Amino acid sequence: MTQDCIYGINGPVITVKESHSFSMMEMVYVGREHLVGEVIGVNDHFTTIQCYEETTGLKPGEPVEGTGAPMNVTLGPGILDNIFDGIERPLKAIAEASGSFIARGSNVSALNEDRVWDVTVTRKIGDELSGGDIYATCPETQIIEHRSMVPPNLSGKVTFAAPSGPHKVNDTILEILDGNGVTHKLTLCQKWPIKQPRPVKKHLPSQIPLVTGQRIVDTMFPLAKGGAAAIPGGFGTGKTMMQHQLAKWCDADIIIYVGCGERGNEMSQVLEEFSELIDPKSGRPMTDRTVLIANTSNMPVAAREASIYTGVTLAEYYRDMGYHVAMMADSTSRWAEALREISGRLEEMPAEEGFPAYLPSRLAQFYERAGMVENLNGSDGSVTLIGAVSPAGGDFSEPVTQNTKRFTRCFWALDKSLAYARHYPAINWMDSYSEYLPDLTDWYNQNLGEEFLEYRSQINQILQEENKLMEIVKLIGADVLPDDQKLVIEIARVVRVGFLQQNAFHQEDTFVPMEKQKRMMRTILHLYARAKQLVAASIPISTILATGLFDKIVKMKYDVPNNQLEKFDAYIQEIDTAMDAIVQA
Amino acid sequence: MILDYVGVKEINGSFLVLDHVPNASSEEMVSIRLESGEVRQGRVVQIEGDRVFIQVFEGTNNVSLDNTETRLLAHPMELPLSPEILGRVFNGVGQPIDGLGDIFPVKRADINGTPINPVSRVYPKNYINTGISTIDTLMTLIRGQKLPIFSGDGMKHNELAVQIARQAKIVDKNGSNNFCIVFAAMGVKYDVAEYFRKSFESSGVLGRVVMFLNLANDPISERVLTPRCALTAAEYLAFDLGMHVLVIMTDMTSYCEALRETSSSKGEIPGRKGYPGYLYSDLASLYERAGIVRGKSGSVTQIPILTMPNDDLTHPVPDLTGYITEGQIQLDRGLDASGVYPPISVLPSLSRLMKDGIGEGFTREDHSAVSNQLFAAYSKVMDARSLASVIGEEELSPIDQQYLAFGRLFESRFVNQGFNENRTIEESLDLGWELLSTLPRGELDRVDDAILDKYYEPAKARAAARAKADKQSADAALQ
Repeated sequence: MTQDCIYGINGPVITVKESHSFSMMEMVYVGREHLVGEVIGVNDHFTTIQCYEETTGLKPGEPVEGTGAPMNVTLGPGILDNIFDGIERPLKAIAEASGSFIARGSNVSALNEDRVWDVTVTRKIGDELSGGDIYATCPETQIIEHRSMVPPNLSGKVTFAAPSGPHKVNDTILEILDGNGVTHKLTLCQKWPIKQPRPVKKHLPSQIPLVTGQRIVDTMFPLAKGGAAAIPGGFGTGKTMMQHQLAKWCDADIIIYVGCGERGNEMSQVLEEFSELIDPKSGRPMTDRTVLIANTSNMPVAAREASIYTGVTLAEYYRDMGYHVAMMADSTSRWAEALREISGRLEEMPAEEGFPAYLPSRLAQFYERAGMVENLNGSDGSVTLIGAVSPAGGDFSEPVTQNTKRFTRCFWALDKSLAYARHYPAINWMDSYSEYLPDLTDWYNQNLGEEFLEYRSQINQILQEENKLMEIVKLIGADVLPDDQKLVIEIARVVRVGFLQQNAFHQEDTFVPMEKQKRMMRTILHLYARAKQLVAASIPISTILATGLFDKIVKMKYDVPNNQLEKFDAYIQEIDTAMDAIVQA
Repeated sequence: MILDYVGVKEINGSFLVLDHVPNASSEEMVSIRLESGEVRQGRVVQIEGDRVFIQVFEGTNNVSLDNTETRLLAHPMELPLSPEILGRVFNGVGQPIDGLGDIFPVKRADINGTPINPVSRVYPKNYINTGISTIDTLMTLIRGQKLPIFSGDGMKHNELAVQIARQAKIVDKNGSNNFCIVFAAMGVKYDVAEYFRKSFESSGVLGRVVMFLNLANDPISERVLTPRCALTAAEYLAFDLGMHVLVIMTDMTSYCEALRETSSSKGEIPGRKGYPGYLYSDLASLYERAGIVRGKSGSVTQIPILTMPNDDLTHPVPDLTGYITEGQIQLDRGLDASGVYPPISVLPSLSRLMKDGIGEGFTREDHSAVSNQLFAAYSKVMDARSLASVIGEEELSPIDQQYLAFGRLFESRFVNQGFNENRTIEESLDLGWELLSTLPRGELDRVDDAILDKYYEPAKARAAARAKADKQSADAALQ
C-alpha cells in the first residue's frame, strides 16, 4: 500500500491527491508532527482535510495517516474539574508538558490514565446488559458520582467482572459476550463521535424550569430544563457576564462551559472564579461540577468549530447517567464564523453574508441535542443549551441570530442602551420572549402558588403601559401627564431599577431565590395598588413620592437578606402606615 | 544543497507563482533576487503539489517572468531579538532603519507566535493609573488588558495615546526601569509617526521605546506583518526580560485594509465590506497576544488605535475589534468639536476587566459605586437632552434640568482635563462625588446607603466651597 501524502496546503486546509483510503469525517493525523485533522471532502482526485492545529512549516510529501474512526472524544471519569481545548485535549496537562504556550502535535491523552478511581462494580457474571446500563460507579468528584455505562449500541451477557476497588480508566472492568458470539471488553471509558447525538429512549416534555436566581430570567422569561435559549447582543452588552451568572447559579447538576473563540483572559477569570466559588448546595468548589472547554479566538479555527460538538457530547454523556446538565456556549457566532471561514477555503458557494448555505441546518442539529429525556437505562436527564450570539454591528437581522431564533424557544435580547446606562442584566423586556412559560405554568402554580404568575402578568402589564407612555413622554415631557399615568411611570421605574436590574457583584443580589422574587413583586404591587387608590382620591402624586417609599423599595433587593424574607412584611406595613397617614392628613 | 529557482510562472498583484518547487514548506520565507541585484523578501502562502504561491513583501514592481532567482530559506518569518532592540527603529518587517546597524540576536522568534495556554494565563487585576479621570474612574485600564481607542479621522486619539503612555509609566512601583513601550505604526502618515517619536523623546522615554514603522506609502504586504513583529518584540521584552510592555498600534483600520487587499489579490471569497471571512480570527491572533503568563513577571498591555470610517461603529473593523478586546475607549466628534479633551464618549466606552481590579485593596471602596452612578446619571442626561431638543429646556421638569446642569459640569470638569494634567485616582473619585452631589440623594440609586453616608455630604460641602471660590474669583476678575 502506498502511503498517502500531503499534496496542497492552504492555511488549515490540506489536500491529499488520488487517495481512496479516507472516509468522510474521518479523523486523521497530518504530517510528521501528527497534527490532528478531519476529512471534510472526498472525491476522485482529492481528499480535503481541515487541520485542527497551526500548519506553519508543513511540506507537501509529508505523510497523512487515517485513524479509521470519525472525530471522537473519550468519555470517562476525570472529565469534571478539567479544562480542555476544542478537541478534548487537557490544557493543564499540555501546560505541564510544553509550557505556557501551546505547542503543536501535543500527544496527551484526554483523561489522566494514571489516576486511580475507587470503583464499585455493580454487575456480576451472567447478568444480561443492554446499551446504557450502568455497570460501575466511582466518585468522580466529591459531589458527582460517575456512572460507567454500556455503550449504546452494545448488549449481551457478562462473562467477566472485575472486583470492586481501585482501577484506572483503561482497566478492563467487564467483558460482555454479544449475540454474535463476540466478546467486548469494557473499561471505565468509551469513545463517541462528537457530531453524532447519543441515543435516548424517548423525549419527555420540558416542564421544570432551570432556576437561575436571576430575576428577569426566572420571573419574566424562564427557561425549562431541557430547553434551549439564545442570548444575542452586541459587544459590551454583557453576554459573557450573563453566561457566567447562569453557570454559577443555575440549579443544574453539571455545567459545561464552552468558550468558543472568545477571550483568553475571560477563560482565566472563569477558571479562577469557579475554583473560589462555593456551590451553595454542596459546600464544595464550583469546579467539582464543571467542565470547561476553552478554544480561545487565537487557537486554530477548525478546533473552534469542533468545540461546540465536543461540549454537547460531554453534556449528553452526563445526561445519560441521569444528571441535569446545562451547557453554555459563548459564542455560537464564532462557531458560525469558523464554518464560514472553512467554507470559504473550500470555495463553496456562499449564501447570506458569506455564511454557507448549511448554516441553518447545522444550528438546528446543534440545538436539537437539547432536551429532557428518558435515557436508555430508564433514568431521566436533561441537556439545556444556552448559546450566546454576537451579531455583527449589534444587528439582530443577521443570519446567525435569525436562524438561532428559529431553533431556540427562549430569546433573551440584550440591549445596548440598557448596557450604556449600566442596567444589567441588559435583557430588553420588550424584545425578549420565552415560549416555555405555558409548559412551566403547572410547576409555578404548584411550587410558588398561583399568585406568582398573577404577579408576573401584572408586572408585565406595568412595563407594557410604561412603554406606551414613554412614546408620549419622549415628545412632550413627563410633566403634562395626568397623575395616574405619572404613577405608572414611577412604579415602572421601581420595577426596572428595583426588580429587573440585578447586581451580580452584590453578595445578596447576585442570586435571588424564587420566594424572594415573589415577595419583591408582591411588595411593589402592593405599593402600586395603595398609591393608585390615593391618586384616584385626587391626592397629588408629589405627596406620595415625598414619603420616600419608592426609593426605599428600589433598594429592598440589597436591604433584605435572602434568608430573612419575613422582613418583607415590615415593608408592607410601612407602605400601609405611610399611605394611611396621607389619607388622614 | 541550496537551489535557486529561475523565473516565475505567473505574477498577480504582490503574489508570484512558481512551478516545480518540490520542497517548500507552508509559511516558509523566500528571498528573491532581481536582475538588477535588488533582493526582496517573501513568504510561501499556499502550496499545491510542486506549485507554490509566494507573497512578496516589497511588491512585484519590475518583476518579470524571467528576471528573478528565488531561494527558499527553510525557516518561517522570524524576528531577531536582543535587549538592544530598546530605543531602536525598525521597518514593518523588523529591519533596522535608524542607521545604527543590525541587531545581534540573542534569539529568533517566529513572528506568528503561539497561543498562550488559557490555563497558564494569570487573570489581570492590577490597574494602571493613567491619570485621566474618565479612564481611571469609568473604564479602568488593567495591566495585561487590550483596550482599543475607537476614533475617527481628525480626532485627538494620538494625543490621548501619548498621554496614557507618558503618565502610565510613573505608577510602576518597582521603578520605571521595568516599563517600556512598543510602538507599531501601520499605514499612518509620516507626521503622525514623527509626532509619537517627538512625544516619546520630550517625555524622556525614547530609550525605552521600540518602534516599528510602516508608513502610508510603505508596501502593503509588509503592513500585514508589522503588528506581528511588534508583538513578537513585546512578548520577548515581557516574558523573556520581565518588563511591563505597553503596545500602541495605530492604525488598525489600515492594517485591515492591507489584509483585505492581500486577500482579494489571492482571489479569496470576500465577506462583509470585502474584508476576508477570517478577519475575526486574524485580528484575534494579534489582540490575544496581550496578557500575563503564570511564572513570568512581565506583561503585555495593548492600546490599539483604530479610526472608524465615517465614524461608523458597525463597520467590520471596530465591530470585530470590540468583540475581541476587553472593552473600548470611544471618542466623540461632538465633544471634540466643543473643545473637550480627551473627547471620550463615556456611555459606549467600557473596560471589561475593571470590575475585578477596582475597589478596596486596589483603588478605593467606593470606586464601583461612583462609576456605576456616573454612568447611570450621564445616561439620564442624554435622555433629558433629547427631550430638551424637542420641547425646549424651560419646559423640562426640575429634576431633568438638574440633570442637564450635571451633564454640563460632567463634561467640562470631569471629562475635560489638560494634556499635561495627571490626576490621582482619589482626585478623580472625589471629583466624581462632587458632581454627583449636585443631584438629590434619592436619585443616586446605584449606591448603597453606607457609601452614600460616607461620601455624599462631604462632597456636597466641597462642591459648595468650590462654587463659592469660583464665584469669588469670577467676581474678582470682574472688578
